[in-house]
Amino acid sequence: MPETRKPKFSEQALREFEELLTHYPTRQAALLPTLWIAQREFGWVGEETQAYVADLLGLPYSHVKAVVTFYPMFHRKPVGKYLLDVCTNLSCRLRGADRIVNCIRRRLGIEIDETTKDGKFTLGVAECLASCGTAPMLQLNQDRFYENLTEESILKLIDELSKRDD
Amino acid sequence: MERILTRWLDIPDIRRLDVYEANGGYQALRKALFDMKPEEIINEVKNSNLRGRGGAAFPTGTKWSFIPKDSKKPVYLCCNADESEPGTFANRYQLEFDPHQVLEGILIACRAVNAHVAYMYFRGEFTHQKRTVEGAIAEARAKGYIGKNIMGSGFDVEIYTHRGAGAYICGEETGLLESLEGKRAYPRNRPPFPAIQGAFGCPTVVNNVETLSNVPWIIKKGADWYRSIGPEKSPGPKLFCLSGHVNKPGLYELPMGFPLKDLIYDVGGGISDGRKLKAVIPGGASFPPFTAEEAEKVMMDFDSVRAAGSLMGTAGVMVMHDDTCMVDVLRTIAHFFHHESCGQCTPCREGCGWIEKLMIDMEAGRGKVSDLDVMLNVASNMEGNTICVLADSLAMPTRGFITKFRSEFEDHVRLGRCPFRDRDGRLAPPAHAAYQEGDHA
Ligand SMILES: Cc1cc2nc3c(=O)[nH]c(=O)nc-3n(C[C@H](O)[C@H](O)[C@H](O)COP(=O)(O)O)c2cc1C
Ligand code: SF4
Repeated sequence: MPETRKPKFSEQALREFEELLTHYPTRQAALLPTLWIAQREFGWVGEETQAYVADLLGLPYSHVKAVVTFYPMFHRKPVGKYLLDVCTNLSCRLRGADRIVNCIRRRLGIEIDETTKDGKFTLGVAECLASCGTAPMLQLNQDRFYENLTEESILKLIDELSKRDD
Repeated sequence: MERILTRWLDIPDIRRLDVYEANGGYQALRKALFDMKPEEIINEVKNSNLRGRGGAAFPTGTKWSFIPKDSKKPVYLCCNADESEPGTFANRYQLEFDPHQVLEGILIACRAVNAHVAYMYFRGEFTHQKRTVEGAIAEARAKGYIGKNIMGSGFDVEIYTHRGAGAYICGEETGLLESLEGKRAYPRNRPPFPAIQGAFGCPTVVNNVETLSNVPWIIKKGADWYRSIGPEKSPGPKLFCLSGHVNKPGLYELPMGFPLKDLIYDVGGGISDGRKLKAVIPGGASFPPFTAEEAEKVMMDFDSVRAAGSLMGTAGVMVMHDDTCMVDVLRTIAHFFHHESCGQCTPCREGCGWIEKLMIDMEAGRGKVSDLDVMLNVASNMEGNTICVLADSLAMPTRGFITKFRSEFEDHVRLGRCPFRDRDGRLAPPAHAAYQEGDHA
């Protein structure tokens, strides 16, 4: 999704945005949640989107950019349709996170932080995701957790995702 | 011990409001609103000796008593649901499986400090958990537990959710406040403390999810009952997050003061792959490890772990067996803190990077014995010299691992390679996974 047109929130997103403003005593405080809406709407938060959000909130563009660059979950470039964030922190590492990462690299032919040519998969690594008791694990599209991973279960997940809606 | 913080194991649908109510839910809130003055709530919590579960173990009632009584400005309560300390996964289940318990705790705390707005700060990855809690908030609002004139008491509280975006430092309470205000999460210099100038320049209490979940029980059953669980000065039920090389990793609710060796060998089913214990970090990645020998004697409560030379932090108990490379472990920890340092303070920004680099070199066989003293020196310059304690959080494990496992570091230098390296898989393979609770398919 290149930023070809000027970004604009949908009606629904604008309603959510208006509601958000009532939660805080300052407009600036709505910045993170507004960026989350933007990421949901556009898939990523590039410079055009940052400028749009700055306008919505009446903040300097430089402030919005400083914030976006601080928080790793905001994508400053497009990512694949399926983003796999594998935890590689200590508890997962002790239970084989390395093998999970390597298994995905081999299966998809990409390195960490790369996207497959068809734009379907991006491989990321994450710091501890609060699932150490069910390690190793990954998070799909910054939402659902897949836990107690094995090489078989990760290959199965990738196969299922590959087949989804094509 | 009766389960209190993990009731979903006994009452699977406790996340639903009707089930929560049928099991005594929101009775403590009723008591706090109708039968107690704010001062009395604070005193009860003070007398309970409840100490914060977010890592610093600060007495909760005392923290609340710092809020000015007749504040002209609004007072805010922030529930810290950023849970990012490596090895820690208690809040995550609490939010998923028993959201009303923490909401009830928040409401009682608001009454105690006269706050009318509470923010719940979720780490960005807690998408599912935030959704669950938002569902619970909507249910509770519809029933009159949240919003205007709660249960007809005339007391108003709004609870809003706020989502971070993947930075560990947002869990540090002043980093959290900056992030809530729509800024980079740069921790603030103290004083002023949040109790005087917190969110939006107003008096603010920041408490962890697990801390607040204890509050309804203290109000319902009383401080004396609470103090009778575990050691008097560090009492209560505690959520232990057991991970790493044990046969049964998972979340366990046990009384404070539970023996670490019983946690590992009985509750946790012993060391995986039939191996022997080598090291255990008792409180999350920020704290020094215990050797197998030390672990034999430690009781898991704040004061006992401190007396034994580490800290209980968030009770993230990470277990390592004898096929684990301590250099690799310290490198992993150093990488984390280097990645998460916000960069404001030179000793932290540079120190974390330096320790990580020396560890990478040593793991690759390029280290020198003198690097160990350099690291110890860097670590002491990081401690007590920075705005927040993230720097100390790498300094402590650095010193702990190097002093307790020095010969293993020296072996890397002597051999010019990692002694664990050329075996297949390097770190022993995961044996199995017994704990299925978390798979919220
Ligand atoms: C680097 C750093 C990260 C922290 N992360 C968390 C966290 O994720 N969750 C949490 O509750 N407290 C965290 N804390 C502790 C908070 O600063 C604060 O002490 C705590 O939220 C207070 O709540 P409590 O008194 O109920 O424990 C962190 C502290 C530091 C220094
Ligand atoms: S100690 Fe580190 S994380 Fe904390 S404020 Fe300083 S640079 Fe930031």
